[in-house]
Amino acid sequence: MGTVPPLSPEQFAEAFADIHPAFEPQAATVEATRCLFCFDAPCTVACPTHIDVPRFIKKISTRNLRGSAMTILESNILGLSCSRVCPVDVLCEGACVMHGYNKQPIEIGRLQRYAMDYFYSHSPSLPVAKTQALEKIACIGAGPASLACAAELRHRGFAVTIIDKNPLAGGLNTYGIAEYKFRPSDSKKEVDLVRSMGAEFRLGVEADIESLEHEFNAIFLGVGLGSTLRLNVPGETLPDVVDALKFIAAYKTSSLRVGRRVIIIGAGNTAIDAATAAHRLGAEEVHIIYRRGQDEMPAFDYEYELALLDNVEFHWHTQPVRIHGAKSVESIECVRVDKNLAPIPNSNFQIPCEMIIPSIGQTRLVDFLSRCKGVELKNGCVMVNPETGATANPKYFAGGDCVNGGREVVDAVAAGKRAAAGIAKSLEAHHG
Amino acid sequence: MADLTTLFAGKIRCPNPFWLASGPPANCGDQVMRAFDAGWGGAVWKTLGEPIVNVSSRYSSVDWNGQRMMGLNNIELITDRPLNVNLREISEVKKRYPHHAVIASLMVDSKREAWHLIVRQAEEAGADGLELNFGCPHGMSERGMGSAVGQVPEYCKMITEWVKEVAKTPVLVKLTPNVTDLRHVARAAKQGGADGLSAINTINSITGIDLDTFVPRPEVDGKSAHGGYCGPAVKPIALHMVQQVAADPEVALPVSGIGGISGWRDAAEFFLMGCQSVQLCTAPMHYGFRIVEDMIDGLSNWMDEKGFAKIDDFRGRSLPNVTEWKHLNLNYKIIARIHPDKCIGCDLCYIACWDGAHQCIHIEGFKNPEDLVAASRKRITVTDVEKHSGNGTHATPPIRIPKVDEHECVGCNLCWLVCPVENCITMERVDKGVAAQSWEQRTGASKC
Repeated sequence: MGTVPPLSPEQFAEAFADIHPAFEPQAATVEATRCLFCFDAPCTVACPTHIDVPRFIKKISTRNLRGSAMTILESNILGLSCSRVCPVDVLCEGACVMHGYNKQPIEIGRLQRYAMDYFYSHSPSLPVAKTQALEKIACIGAGPASLACAAELRHRGFAVTIIDKNPLAGGLNTYGIAEYKFRPSDSKKEVDLVRSMGAEFRLGVEADIESLEHEFNAIFLGVGLGSTLRLNVPGETLPDVVDALKFIAAYKTSSLRVGRRVIIIGAGNTAIDAATAAHRLGAEEVHIIYRRGQDEMPAFDYEYELALLDNVEFHWHTQPVRIHGAKSVESIECVRVDKNLAPIPNSNFQIPCEMIIPSIGQTRLVDFLSRCKGVELKNGCVMVNPETGATANPKYFAGGDCVNGGREVVDAVAAGKRAAAGIAKSLEAHHG
Repeated sequence: MADLTTLFAGKIRCPNPFWLASGPPANCGDQVMRAFDAGWGGAVWKTLGEPIVNVSSRYSSVDWNGQRMMGLNNIELITDRPLNVNLREISEVKKRYPHHAVIASLMVDSKREAWHLIVRQAEEAGADGLELNFGCPHGMSERGMGSAVGQVPEYCKMITEWVKEVAKTPVLVKLTPNVTDLRHVARAAKQGGADGLSAINTINSITGIDLDTFVPRPEVDGKSAHGGYCGPAVKPIALHMVQQVAADPEVALPVSGIGGISGWRDAAEFFLMGCQSVQLCTAPMHYGFRIVEDMIDGLSNWMDEKGFAKIDDFRGRSLPNVTEWKHLNLNYKIIARIHPDKCIGCDLCYIACWDGAHQCIHIEGFKNPEDLVAASRKRITVTDVEKHSGNGTHATPPIRIPKVDEHECVGCNLCWLVCPVENCITMERVDKGVAAQSWEQRTGASKC
């Protein structure tokens, strides 16, 4: 009654079709040849993992596709997911010098995907060190930061074990990205690549800090963030109030019935992912409620545009006050707020709905992190030396969302890789 | 609208100087008539001669940076249609298009009677002129024709003399570039009585090799043979060769320019080098006869802008501007200036100057390119999640704008050539305050 029937596999595939189709070979070559091949290129500097963009693009233009992919992977082991999910407008493509004389920036993201698709369709493998170091490192969390850290450590010959409480590795790359950008099957390719380099995985298990400290010489914390923050309004324990990340994970990895009318609370990139997913899953109405104005919305412009294309209705300067419903959600009551977020008297209104998806940021994993003795936190985030990922406890290193409070995949990869170098340096120092 | 009407060698009249070169676009009457309808002023008919058999395939090309056919190579021979059919169609075309130029390209065995016969047949059919194909570099040359003749000045002179014994219309000798100095052949043609020259024919070439089969292109059943290269890639070579014959006082013949011309700008350059007409083949093969519209329109607009009423007003204007190196002014000095407001920060000028020139462009704060890259790679960059996408401003950071050391700059032009932005780098004259002096003058003076 209040929900729409689940989509058939065919309907699902159509609703979540790739928003940026792959390049055809000739189009890729033409686009690649448009690249000026800048020296000390701004796109490379802008990329947190410093992929040598002109070099990999030049290789596409000479049709050295394996070389192109290796250039990408040399800097960024998650070159495939980054090619699909990076906010390129504010990173490499945003830095492209083409903007400087009114030309379209090079489609770096799509070219990167072109090279990575070639790599993954031609028996993907990467070299690892021939010698095996004695030290063992545990990476807690199997998301982008840990995968990057593990790959770099394997490349240097260290034994690595990745531990995650979820049954599938990949972290948010597997569970948390809009399906029209990246699928769990794509994420698995990257996980399998790291596995093929010799990294071991312990999945579906909680990390027991004490025993891990005994077993491993160093521990990398790539645990990310916790569940979505609570709204703190009456009615939020009703069954159809679903945490945005759980909602996204559920529709991507199992079937899910979406409400006929869906309210999203918050206007970050995850909120947009939830809103567009709800629309594509068949919701008739999708509303986004945000307590600030459009200019302060954390979502990237192109994400906002995606939501508009999916007929998502935005309610600015609006805050939820109560969720109505006896056994299930019936409506949400909101209030208008001013610039200082103070409620405007007598501005309450209700929107009838069957599902509410809070997406107002994630909690910090303070409980878990505080079990790692000596690791210092600030506002729930792990304090590290940004160049080495080292924490206050010399045994622990950290990177990714649990350090930066929630940024992009590419930031996690860069941090994981830097931490791997930091770990290697610290362990090698012990050898004297 | 400028007057483009043309009178080649004082005898061949046509509405404009744009001719189809002897080749596939001028293979049959129907094509030539369609070309005339599209606006072409003349056509040099695909070479007439004894029947031959062609192979399949025949063409290969060089693509460049995603652009097709920067250069084209062919191993096609002369016409493979019966002579009487070609002659009948020439008559038909001339009847229907009396004001357009039809020139018959000819190539037969090096026998006097054979040349006499083909000349008479072509002229009886109504050809306005004859072009002796002494240039075709593949296939026919193995049989003692084409460039086999054009590479030996004596043969060239002899056959031209035979042709002139019977020809009533102007005789053009088409020169092969596959010689060390084509002026020798041009002079021989002049001595043999030629009324004009066509230059250049195609250049010996192998365009490339298939990296899977190891067979060069074009492939004919697992083998290839060298072909003749043409298209935009050869224009600079053609322009130089045209200059050589046009400037040679011993040649002094009207020239029909050929080689990589693909638009009115190229054509204007050949006229500035003294050509009376130009011939095209690759460009109409690539895009069709319609390209002539912009050739006429573009040349005419340019002439109006420059105040030239007819092509003679500027023909040969660049010939006096080509001299020998020893006459160039050694005291002329230019330097590069980078205009920061236009610079997009690609730093191509910087690395070009460091690796390919004289190390006189610098990025402030860095000793060399390697230090610059190393510093960039060490930088920790994070996604700016606070920043909204598409902030609209794309000002180049001052650190990325290179600086020219004007004392070191030798004025080589390389930075200006690699810069992708128009007028971002300009080459500006610096007054050295000394009189002009050439190498000849300087070394001559030192000898005194």
